[in-house]
Amino acid sequence: MPADAILRAENLHRYLGQGENRTHVLRGLNLSLEPGKLYAVSGPSGCGKSTLLFLLGLLDRQDEGNIWIAGELMSTASDAARTAARSRLLGFIFQFHFLLPEFTALENILLPMRKLGRLDADAMQKRALQLLSDVGLGDKGHRLAHQLSGGEQQRVAIARALANDPALLLADEPTGNLDVENSNHIFNILTELARRGHTVLVVTHNPELANRADKILRMQDGKFIA
Amino acid sequence: METHCHIAMRLLLSKKRAMLMSLSGIVFGVGLFIITQAQTAGFERFFTRTALGTDGALHIEDRANQDILGPTVIKNAAGRPEGVVSMGKDRKYVEGVPFPGPITDALRRFQNIAAVSPVLRGDAQLESNSRQMPSQVQGIDLDDFLAVSNLAQQVVFGRLDDFRANPKGVMIGSQLANRANLAVGDPVVISRADHSERYRVEAIFESGVEHIDKERVILHLPEARAVLSQPFGVTYLQASLHDNDRAAAEAPHMQEVLGQLVVPWQEREKIWLDVFHALRASSALTVSTIILISGLGMFNTLGVIVLEKSKEIAILRSMGYLRGDITRIFLLLGGLVLVAGCVLGCLLGAGGTWLVANIPLRIRGVFSTDYFVVAWSPWHYVWAIMAATIVVLLASWIPARRAARLEPGDVIRGLNL
Repeated sequence: MPADAILRAENLHRYLGQGENRTHVLRGLNLSLEPGKLYAVSGPSGCGKSTLLFLLGLLDRQDEGNIWIAGELMSTASDAARTAARSRLLGFIFQFHFLLPEFTALENILLPMRKLGRLDADAMQKRALQLLSDVGLGDKGHRLAHQLSGGEQQRVAIARALANDPALLLADEPTGNLDVENSNHIFNILTELARRGHTVLVVTHNPELANRADKILRMQDGKFIA
Repeated sequence: METHCHIAMRLLLSKKRAMLMSLSGIVFGVGLFIITQAQTAGFERFFTRTALGTDGALHIEDRANQDILGPTVIKNAAGRPEGVVSMGKDRKYVEGVPFPGPITDALRRFQNIAAVSPVLRGDAQLESNSRQMPSQVQGIDLDDFLAVSNLAQQVVFGRLDDFRANPKGVMIGSQLANRANLAVGDPVVISRADHSERYRVEAIFESGVEHIDKERVILHLPEARAVLSQPFGVTYLQASLHDNDRAAAEAPHMQEVLGQLVVPWQEREKIWLDVFHALRASSALTVSTIILISGLGMFNTLGVIVLEKSKEIAILRSMGYLRGDITRIFLLLGGLVLVAGCVLGCLLGAGGTWLVANIPLRIRGVFSTDYFVVAWSPWHYVWAIMAATIVVLLASWIPARRAARLEPGDVIRGLNL
C-alpha cells in the first residue's frame, strides 16, 4: 500500500446483530485511499457498503482490523481522539441531507467550523458564504432547511461537509433521493472536489455515476470483488 | 460555549409550548416559594420582635438553692409521702430574685448584655369608677425598663414623661382600660389584701399581646413594693442583649455563674416559635412540589427532545462535537430555562410579596398588626433559586447523559434503513 495514503484499512471485520441474528457484514476488507482521487463503492443492497463507510468515517468501530487516517491509527483511539479526527480530517454527506432544521443554511455550515475553532468569526462567515456560493446557493444562506429544495438541501450538506476543509470526504448515496439533473450536479461537485485535492469516497447504486469515479470498488457479501 | 448556547437556544425554541409549561412551573414555584417564605418569616420575625420588645431577651428568675439537692418528698397532713417534686437536674429554686443589685452587677459583666431592668410582679385588684377587676401589677424602674423593652413605642394614649414625673401615676394595658372604662387622667385604686392605693392613669399602652393588654398595670417600683407588700427583692430581672440570637446559647453559662434560673426568649416562646418553624417548613415543602412537578415536566420534555433530535445529535457528533459537548448543550438547555425561570420567579416573588404586604389583616393576640406582615430577605430568593437549580439540574442531567451516549453510527444507520 502507498505510504502517502490518506486512509488505510487492513483486515476489517464487522458483525451486526446479536445471537442468531448476528451477521458477518464485512469480511476482512483491505483498502487504501490516495489523495485527490474519487472512489466509488458499489454493490447490491446489504453487501456492507454503508457499514464500511461508517467504519472508515469513525462513526462505528470494527470488530477486527485496523484503520489509519493521515498516518494515525484510529481503530484503537479514544472516542475523543476519533471525534477530533472527524472534525479535522473528515467530511460526511449522507443520503438524506441531515441538515439541522432549526438552523439556516449558513448556520449549518458554520456549526463544524465553530467546533473546530480554527478560524476567527469573520473568517468563518466568509468561508461559509464562499462554500455556499461554490455549490450555487450564495443567495440562500439565510433560509432554513425546509425552505430549500431537495437538491439545494444536499448541496448545503456538501458545503457543510467541506466546512473544515477535510482531507477525506465520505458520501453515502448522496444522490439517492435526487432526480437525474440534481444527481449530475452533485456528482460534478464531488468530481471537482477530487480534482482540487480532496479524497472522495462515494457509496452509490448508480453505475453511470460510479463510472465517472477514478476507481470503482465493487462489493459483494462483505468483500471487494475484482 | 457560545455555539453550545446557540444550539441549546434553537433546540429550546423547537419545543416552545412544552418548554413554556416547564418555565411557567419554575416561575410560579420560585415566586410562590419567595412569597410564602416572606409571609411566614415575616410573621415569625414580627412575633419575635413583639416578644423581645415586651418581655426582653432574657429573664433572670428564681434563685437556685444549692443547699437542697435531690428530689423533695411531699407529705400529707398525716406525714405520709404523697409525691416527689423535682426541678431540672435536681436543682431546687427559690422564687424570685432576692438580691437584684449584685445579680444586676454580675449580669452587666457579660459582654452580650445590653441592659438590665428589675421587675416586680404580682396580682392585685383594679378599681375604677365603674367597675372592679383583677389585674397584674408590674413594678418597674422606668428608665431601666425602657432600655430592655419597646414600652416607649407601645404607648397609645398619654405621655411617658407624665408617668415618669408622677410617682403615683400608672400605665395600663389598652384592653384593661377599655374594659374598666378608663382614660388618661382618670383615678384608679389598686388594692391587694387589705392594702389599697389611689393612682392616676398617665398613659395607656398596647403591646399587641392579648394577655398583657388585658390585665397589666405598670407602676413605679417603690409603689409596686408598697401594693404587693414586698419591700425587697424582685420577681425577675429582664435583660436585653446585643445579639438576641445568642440568648439560648449563653443562658446556661449565665445560670451557672449567677445561681439564678435564666430563661432565654427562645425557651419562653418555644411553642409559638415551633409553630412558625413548622409553618415555614410546611409551606416550603408544599411550594417545592410545584418546582418538582415542573422539573418532571422538563425531564419529559428534554427526554422527548433527545428522542426527536437523536438524528441532529448524531450529525453534531459526526461533525466533531464530543460527548461532553452534547451533555453541555442539554445542560445549557435546562440552564436557559432555569435562568429565565429564576429571574421571572424572583420578580414574581418580589411583586407578590409587595402586594401581600399591602393586604389589610387585623391581628391581635400574639402580636398587633393591621396588615399582612412580610420579611424581605435575600435568603428567600437564594433558597428558591437553589431549590429550582437542584430540580432543573437533575431534570436536565439524565436526558443530557442519554443524548451524549447516543452512538452516531447506530442512529444514522437506523435512519438509513
